[in-house]
Amino acid sequence: MAKPMHDTPMLDQLESGPWPSFITGLKRLANDNDMMVDLMGQLETSYETKKGYWKGGTVGVIGYGGGVIPRFTELKDDEGNALFPEAAEFHTIRIMPPPGMHYDTKTLRDFCDVWEKYGSGLIALHGQSGDIMFQGCTTDNVQPAFDALNEMGFDMGGAGPAVRTGMSCVGAARCEQSCVDEGRTMRMLVNNALDDMHRPALPYKMKYKVSGCPNDCMNSIQRADFATIGTWRDDIKVDQEEVKKYVADMGRKKIIDNVITRCPTQALSLNDDDTLAIDNSNCVRCMHCINVMTKALSPGDDKGVSVLIGGKRTLKIGDLMGTLIVPFHKLETDEDYEWLEELATEVLDFFAENALEHERTGEMIERIGLTNFLEGIGIEVDPNMISRPRMNPYVRMDEWDEEVAKWEERKAAQ
Amino acid sequence: MAEAPRMPDECGVPEMDAYLHPVMKKNYGAWSWHDRPRPGVLHHVAKSGDEIWTVRAGTQRQMDVYTIRKLMDIADEFAEGFVRFTIRSNIEYMVSTEAQVNPLIEKLNAEGFPVGGTGNSVSMISHTQGWLHCDIPGTDASGAVKALMDELIDEYTKEEMPNRVRLTTSCCQINCGGQGDIAINIQHVKPPKIDHDQVANVCERPTVVARCPVAAIRPAMVNGKASLEVDEKKCICCGACFPPCPPMQINDPEHSNFAIWVGGKNSNARSKPTFHKLVASGVPNNPPRWPEVSAVVKQILGAYKEDAKDWERIGEWAERIGWPRFFEKTGLPFTKYHIDNWRGGRANLNASTHIRF
Repeated sequence: MAKPMHDTPMLDQLESGPWPSFITGLKRLANDNDMMVDLMGQLETSYETKKGYWKGGTVGVIGYGGGVIPRFTELKDDEGNALFPEAAEFHTIRIMPPPGMHYDTKTLRDFCDVWEKYGSGLIALHGQSGDIMFQGCTTDNVQPAFDALNEMGFDMGGAGPAVRTGMSCVGAARCEQSCVDEGRTMRMLVNNALDDMHRPALPYKMKYKVSGCPNDCMNSIQRADFATIGTWRDDIKVDQEEVKKYVADMGRKKIIDNVITRCPTQALSLNDDDTLAIDNSNCVRCMHCINVMTKALSPGDDKGVSVLIGGKRTLKIGDLMGTLIVPFHKLETDEDYEWLEELATEVLDFFAENALEHERTGEMIERIGLTNFLEGIGIEVDPNMISRPRMNPYVRMDEWDEEVAKWEERKAAQ
Repeated sequence: MAEAPRMPDECGVPEMDAYLHPVMKKNYGAWSWHDRPRPGVLHHVAKSGDEIWTVRAGTQRQMDVYTIRKLMDIADEFAEGFVRFTIRSNIEYMVSTEAQVNPLIEKLNAEGFPVGGTGNSVSMISHTQGWLHCDIPGTDASGAVKALMDELIDEYTKEEMPNRVRLTTSCCQINCGGQGDIAINIQHVKPPKIDHDQVANVCERPTVVARCPVAAIRPAMVNGKASLEVDEKKCICCGACFPPCPPMQINDPEHSNFAIWVGGKNSNARSKPTFHKLVASGVPNNPPRWPEVSAVVKQILGAYKEDAKDWERIGEWAERIGWPRFFEKTGLPFTKYHIDNWRGGRANLNASTHIRF
């Protein structure tokens, strides 16, 4: 043990400055972990040459097909020997955190003990999909490390063409703006699809994210194939006495400039007696006024969720936002949760059957059109699904009358 | 006979109850309002009258076990044994009396963890893996983020921005780091270099062809061997072909550089969510401190801080004053590359005479 340290003049410079330094952490681990000595050697080389030196491969655990991110060094001498052999294998094990990323200290200490025993001692809290990332493991140690974490009650997250680890905001645990039980929703969505997480066989990723209100702290609309956003459909709740206090404290001008005129649909006005008038039928539940006056305003009582489908990052046709496909559905009773679970299953099945290889849900919808997708999953069209109606006249509308009849029928049923 | 292997307990996402601070567990779904007594501290009041104070501190995200144990020691001594992490890798300690707040802050500061990241601050940068673990990184992420947070720490510990500022860093334009008010992403700018001797041995060629976003890759015979070729005019240098085919080397130490994007916003507050837009490119990839990146980010933040109205995010500010003025106020050059030339990009052109003189 205790291989001599490599010179790392460039990395050393990242130990100065006020922000906590990951390099200082790597060095402490390297004191009695040869893998980290060589990891620092490879990282310093990257800093010198401005090149990355990792390639993927296939490493897994018994029973599962995914969840480990294999990394093998490409930094080798002429004979094919790793220049930094102790870090030649540096795999990551993805583990799913509890919803909201809550922990007690014992659990995190136990994680540390497991990772000191089997891995490098480096843990990222958390990756961009929400996983706890246990970084730096040899191929041989992946199985015993996972077994130890699994025995603690934690399960492998997603990687590759699979359902991925989900994320949910702090939500009902601490936030008064929460409109759903985010933890229950997230667990239900992900645990419903565990087989497709642990045995990757989908065209590409499927991500679920849950935010408890339209502030969308989990960035669901931009990053999740299936985004669940808490909302409400009755009136915003107003405590007019508290409104008056805000006006007294902040002044009329500030309230008018920062609350009234910032309402995107001009649904607010300040009454002469410093109370607030709200045109609730025109409110789009953007959250701004509630965010400013947390004590005076809050979401209504008739709470539920909106569902948006198809958000994703850049690959491969550019960034896509999720599209609203369910404007509102109650999410309170067991039946409500079953409805959401069924919808999620429909979407997953449709994606599995119809997407091309390496195509995300949003890209599939762009290719086949939203109406075909809606038909496939059994959801009726709704004007809330669009920003504006069609502008392109080149379309056949043979079945216009039938479609109008469907609309009339649905309206009559409401 | 060998012993049967242990099969996994397919337990899925764990229940959160066991990990919740008792006050949060007791008042789950029954909170009334909150305020922010000072930067880095949230104060929530439940309908029951119970209160909880949250102290938020910055971490380096890639943490060694010693750092985590130190953070747990602080949690056990000062914060009732519970923590949570935010989407931006800040750690949050929850305490049930106001009297516990200041000793906790003092301890965190003494141990080198800045307290802040709430409200109208520049919070910790969400980022990717970079040279530490990614297979197609143009740069490091943890290092670039450390260097930048050193520069921006005052904006983390204070709440002096017009609205919250959320930064992201990605080690290529695939942009796993996510949308940001300012997104700092390295850009590969040269097509992959192909080692034709290796392709047939290690690559599943149809998979690689399917991976290309612009259909620039096609099967080819090179020197009598099955390989792949890239139409370099079509290639947009994303690097997506490298993971399924390592002989298609995308890393290019000489030419890759940073592009800076602004105006991403995930919240529905006021305006609808938006994607970030290109404002700067050609920013050198200069480890270990990337000073040129910090300079551009600070230039943008400075102009935003000076000119935006209360509650305007960076993108909302730019939309209000107009993008020509954004370039004027930030001093950033405007080039032909800022004009979207993708076929759907026409929606981003100005079909009006709305001009500010």
